Amino acid sequence: MGLRYGTGAEVLRDLDFRLANGGFYFLTGPSGAGKTSLLKLLYLAQRPTRGRIQLFGEELSEAPREALPVFRRRIGVVFQDFRLIRHLSAFDNVALPLRIAGSSEEEVEGSVREMLAWVGLADRAGARPPTLSGGEQQRVAIARAVINRPDLLVADEPTGNVDAEMAHRLLHLFTALNRLGTTIVVATHDVGLIGATPGAQMIRLENGSVVDRTGALKNPPGPSATGDRI
Amino acid sequence: MLGWLLVSPADRRLLGGGKLRGPTPWVIAIMSFSIMIIAASGLALANTAGLLSNAIESRYSVEIAGGGPKLAALLQAVRSTPGVVAAEAVPEAEMRRTLERWLGSEAQSADLPVPALINFDVSPGADLNAIGRRIASIAPDAHVAAHRESIRPLLSSLRLLQWVAVGLVLLLSAAAAAAVVLAARGALDTNRSTIEIMHGVGATDLQVARLFQRKIAIDAFTGSLVGAAAAAGVLLLLATGAAFAGELTGGATLGFRDFVILALLPLALTVLATWVARAAVLATLREAL
Repeated sequence: MGLRYGTGAEVLRDLDFRLANGGFYFLTGPSGAGKTSLLKLLYLAQRPTRGRIQLFGEELSEAPREALPVFRRRIGVVFQDFRLIRHLSAFDNVALPLRIAGSSEEEVEGSVREMLAWVGLADRAGARPPTLSGGEQQRVAIARAVINRPDLLVADEPTGNVDAEMAHRLLHLFTALNRLGTTIVVATHDVGLIGATPGAQMIRLENGSVVDRTGALKNPPGPSATGDRI
Repeated sequence: MLGWLLVSPADRRLLGGGKLRGPTPWVIAIMSFSIMIIAASGLALANTAGLLSNAIESRYSVEIAGGGPKLAALLQAVRSTPGVVAAEAVPEAEMRRTLERWLGSEAQSADLPVPALINFDVSPGADLNAIGRRIASIAPDAHVAAHRESIRPLLSSLRLLQWVAVGLVLLLSAAAAAAVVLAARGALDTNRSTIEIMHGVGATDLQVARLFQRKIAIDAFTGSLVGAAAAAGVLLLLATGAAFAGELTGGATLGFRDFVILALLPLALTVLATWVARAAVLATLREAL
């Protein structure tokens, strides 16, 4: 499939690959290679201008927009620029996916407190994003992305604003989620992150295309991989 | 049906701030005030036309040029005619006083001939031909005229003014709706990033629209009530009979049904604003993926 914005040149072209259900993928490539655009397709913020996308076994390229929220609730997204709601507290930001999905306030309270404690922000629950450091905002964004245990977690440079210790903890969280069955796709330049994740595979993008799709992939999907297809 | 008004405190916090910023409540207050005054005027005009019409629907006049000598016999004959429920001769002095408005003191001159005039009311279904024949048998030169004919142009004007009032109410409602659409779009622009985030985590358009719908409903209701309260004050002033107000109303009054209609107008304006806001928000959201 391919993607172009407006009448410009294609930013993604001739992509044809499958992500295994429960896989852990790193998306790498130079700036402008199309990583963020590919992630947008994955978290259903864009439709391909040609070709097809299947997610969770459903063809979603031309699905009516009313059908998309149900699928979006199964996807957690960590944005490079955090995209927190500035006038909401850290607690309310993390709670947003649960509340949108209709969880009770009791469920929200317990889950969000636990998640904030896990990312080390238990004492900052009432703080608003402008009063948080970049690293703290990143952790709130990650907590929001994983709070409802998504089937697919998409992260764009999730460790770009955190120290090595927190990066390690986040990677541990991602790995734990992955073990629970969540498919993880992380766009990153951090080679150390890739090296520290046994079993993860790498997809390298250059000029909008996947390069050496077979050669660069470490640990290709096993025969039990059933899944989601792009 | 009104569940969307009862959103949780967490949902209320999503759009931040208190009410929608900007002049929306004030615009709606002005519209509400104008609509109430125009609607009250239209209803008063309708009542005036109704009163006037009822009062003269069954009233007729007999005019006899130089008929003073025949007046008593004619009055007696009219009163005794079947179908006539009341008949009164108009005193000559009263007619001359009326003529003074146009002729000045000349109206009192004995040289000015004044016709004899009898006003009479008939019962519904009365045989007007028989009444006419009875009158002609006594005064062949008498002229019988229905009062409704003489004020038909006035009644037509009053009815036209009622429709003008209805048109103005509709126009002002449309203007209020347009203001709400602009306010809704402004609010969507202001909260664009919040909406994108909500959509990103799986919010439906209806979940997003409910937040705006509720805020605009509250603003519209507040504005409508303020405008209605101001209009009620003005109407009360008119009703309690300030001299100027008395001239304006011409003595027209509003009944219980009219007050019910006026009380419903702010609610109707709120419902209209809410519905328009919801439609505008959903239409705008549909433009995104």
